[in-house]
Amino acid sequence: MMIPLVIGITLISFIVIHLAPGEPTDLQTQFNPKASSLAKQRLREIYGLDKPLHVQYVNWVKRLFLLDFGRSFSPDNRKVIDKIRERIPITISINVLSLIIIFCVAIPIGVLSARFQYSLFDKLTTVFVFVGFAIPTFWLALLLMIFFGVNLGWLPISGLHSMDYHELSFVGQFIDLAKHLIMPLFVSAFGDLAGLSRYARSNMLEVIRQDFIIAARSKGLAESTVIGKHALRNALLPVITILGFSVPGLIGGSVIFETIFAIPGMGQLFYMSVMARDYPLIMGILVIGAVLTMVGNLIADILYAVADPRIRYG
Amino acid sequence: MRAAKFKTFLSCRRVNLRTKVLSYEPAAISAVLIGLIILITFTLGCTQKEAPKEDSGVKNKEASHVKSEPAYGDAIIEGSIGDASNLIPELASDSASHEIADLVYGGLVRYNKDLITEGVLAESWDVSDGGLVITFHLRKDVSWHDGKPFTADDVMYTYKVMIDPKTPTAYGGDFLQVKKAEVLDKYTFRVTYKKPFAPGLISWSIGILPSHLLMGKDITKSSLARNPIGTGSYKFKEWKTGEKIVLESNHNYFEGRPYIDRFIYRIIPDSATMFLELKAGGIDWMGLAPFQYKRQTENAKIKKNFNKFKYLSFSYTYLGFNLLDPRFKDKRVRQAISYAINKQEIIDGVLLGLGVIATGPYKPDMWAYNPDVKKYEFSTDKAKELLNEAGWKNTDKDGILEKNGKKFEFTILTNQGNEEREKSAQIIQRRLKDAGISVKIRIVEWSAFLKEFIRTRKFEAIILGWNIPPDPDLFDVWHSSKTGPDELNHVTFKNAEVDRLLVKGRGTFDQEERKKCYFRIQEIFAEEQPYVFLYVPDALPIVNARFKNINPAPAGISYNFIKWYVPKNEQKYVELTQ
Repeated sequence: MMIPLVIGITLISFIVIHLAPGEPTDLQTQFNPKASSLAKQRLREIYGLDKPLHVQYVNWVKRLFLLDFGRSFSPDNRKVIDKIRERIPITISINVLSLIIIFCVAIPIGVLSARFQYSLFDKLTTVFVFVGFAIPTFWLALLLMIFFGVNLGWLPISGLHSMDYHELSFVGQFIDLAKHLIMPLFVSAFGDLAGLSRYARSNMLEVIRQDFIIAARSKGLAESTVIGKHALRNALLPVITILGFSVPGLIGGSVIFETIFAIPGMGQLFYMSVMARDYPLIMGILVIGAVLTMVGNLIADILYAVADPRIRYG
Repeated sequence: MRAAKFKTFLSCRRVNLRTKVLSYEPAAISAVLIGLIILITFTLGCTQKEAPKEDSGVKNKEASHVKSEPAYGDAIIEGSIGDASNLIPELASDSASHEIADLVYGGLVRYNKDLITEGVLAESWDVSDGGLVITFHLRKDVSWHDGKPFTADDVMYTYKVMIDPKTPTAYGGDFLQVKKAEVLDKYTFRVTYKKPFAPGLISWSIGILPSHLLMGKDITKSSLARNPIGTGSYKFKEWKTGEKIVLESNHNYFEGRPYIDRFIYRIIPDSATMFLELKAGGIDWMGLAPFQYKRQTENAKIKKNFNKFKYLSFSYTYLGFNLLDPRFKDKRVRQAISYAINKQEIIDGVLLGLGVIATGPYKPDMWAYNPDVKKYEFSTDKAKELLNEAGWKNTDKDGILEKNGKKFEFTILTNQGNEEREKSAQIIQRRLKDAGISVKIRIVEWSAFLKEFIRTRKFEAIILGWNIPPDPDLFDVWHSSKTGPDELNHVTFKNAEVDRLLVKGRGTFDQEERKKCYFRIQEIFAEEQPYVFLYVPDALPIVNARFKNINPAPAGISYNFIKWYVPKNEQKYVELTQ
């Protein structure tokens, strides 16, 4: 089932990206007074762009079966897999860390808001998470940079390492990296708190109205046990779905915050590759994304089976 | 482009390379990011008044450090919006790659600070046979960063790479004019051209490649793309993709050891972040946007810690007409539109006054610039008069002119992401409405813009920019043979006299003779107005005040980069520079 799906996804992506006007060679040669049309024709031949589209696709798929993503059309002509490989660790780390922060903050907020519905805490956190949801990322990032980076001088403004990173001890390097990550992580997590915490809250509200909770309470169980053990487990089931959806997002990265914080991640790479019509690189990222989406769904399905006794396969 | 704050810091030689590099790259990049391109040049015209003020600022500062002796050491961190792509200059077409490659590699010749050709790897050269033959006498004291000696074989190898059809280079054109290249002895290299070709000499400013490392290998897969080995003033140290590129000074450089030990090129894709990094001390050098120059850097703290510079950049912006359109075939219509546009107003509004009016395809501080061409002072009345003469009358009193029952309406196209061009279009729209012409504006993504509109000639008018190469040869942009779909004369300008002068201008090495050709070409452009030449923007670099000996010249500030220094007591990155 997964293989035809991947082929379908790649076929559609391949056609769409080639339908977009413009070619990689345009950006290198157009408007360059010294680039003759002959030079341009040469470039087209080198990249195989002079062949019909279906031939290009078949060639690409053939190489894909050998796990060869080809070489980038950009002037560096590097292997697509190398370009992705050097950027993916940082993007995955940042996204995993930010996901952990989101879950650690959003679920308690959601559960407590549900438990104390319409209390002051509920109202305050509601305002808080929606402020986070509404604030434009780049604006918040710039404000934080001005305050912590320029005015107070506590945190580095952008990048991942200080210029003297190599001269630092191991602990020093760790602290240096951590300091660089504080603002990006806060900014990326803050915006996503709202969704998950509201989700957890409404699930929880639904669950605590059900009969088995009333039964548990009437047994005389402590409130903390009722909420923490019986209700929470049920309320968290849908969260697994969200987790499944997050897996492809892990490699996606975000153009906006990577650009603002000068973090060389996948979001930037993908954006640049689209703007430059770097077909092999675009397709490489899309294939990896498609595979991860499906793996994410598979993991979510398995976790469901583990977490929910009602679900049994086969 | 202004997009990128690819500032320049390049020497003249570098400027030359950059001009080869995408004229339009600015635009291309601007499609991606908003900002300003900053190429640096000295401006004679309007900036001269201010220059002394800033100079005196520098001098005062230096006066306070009476003992500021040149000293080795320290590092300079330059901020760049874009990362390099390939550090073999022949294969890259972005300015970031060329900026690095120009420090690592050297050409046979380069432009000096006054944009005059001078030798680098070539000690001297002779032009003989009426310009057909150039013989380069190479320096004998040059070695590659790996210690091997530099010889004429390296030049020969570089030439062969340039003309090899398998090399994906955008700069092969000039080298295809060569009929024969010979290595006469270890340090003498001779090229014979098919016809005398004046731009040929400066084409040898291209970085010479090490044949001992590349000979017989596929250059596109060479490790030199990421670990370059050249003859230049700085040696490559490391490149962390998307983060930084680090170079170290070449102690054996044949023009002397550079004072600054380390050059760090830091990639910060967002211009607002870059500016904050500058304020926080994370970078030492960047190009400013006009609003940053005028409004954000005028406080005492910045003035104390930084020196700002201002020069005319090597680029201009224009409104081009599709001369295949019957309405624009009439010279009077084009002249009328030129009268109707207030160019100074565009400079004031869009660039906050940081630029000068362009009168042709050159800038005022070049030898080829003709100051006495016909100027079009802003006058709506004159515009209306000329339009009336051309048969455009406001018969139905709706404020829009008509001819043969058709209203004068057209669309100005420009590319997405270039705020300056968009704003210019809006100002032009308003002014042309006063003159009785209804203008629509359409903004299109860069690749689509090129493919769907420029190549097919499906446009009425466009706002775009060109880089200004220090060599005035503009054959590819203006000759009537260059009007094919992928060629650069996209407005389809055809003028027999210009054709003749372009051929004559590139066919002689005598500068006075060439000057006559290009002066006349500018007169014709001024009369014909195939473009309404709008403005030449200023380049606005800012450099930390601890760097001394920065002296602006027509080529910019970086022509003497190896002579910049930080006095011992002001050095910042001491621990970095063992």
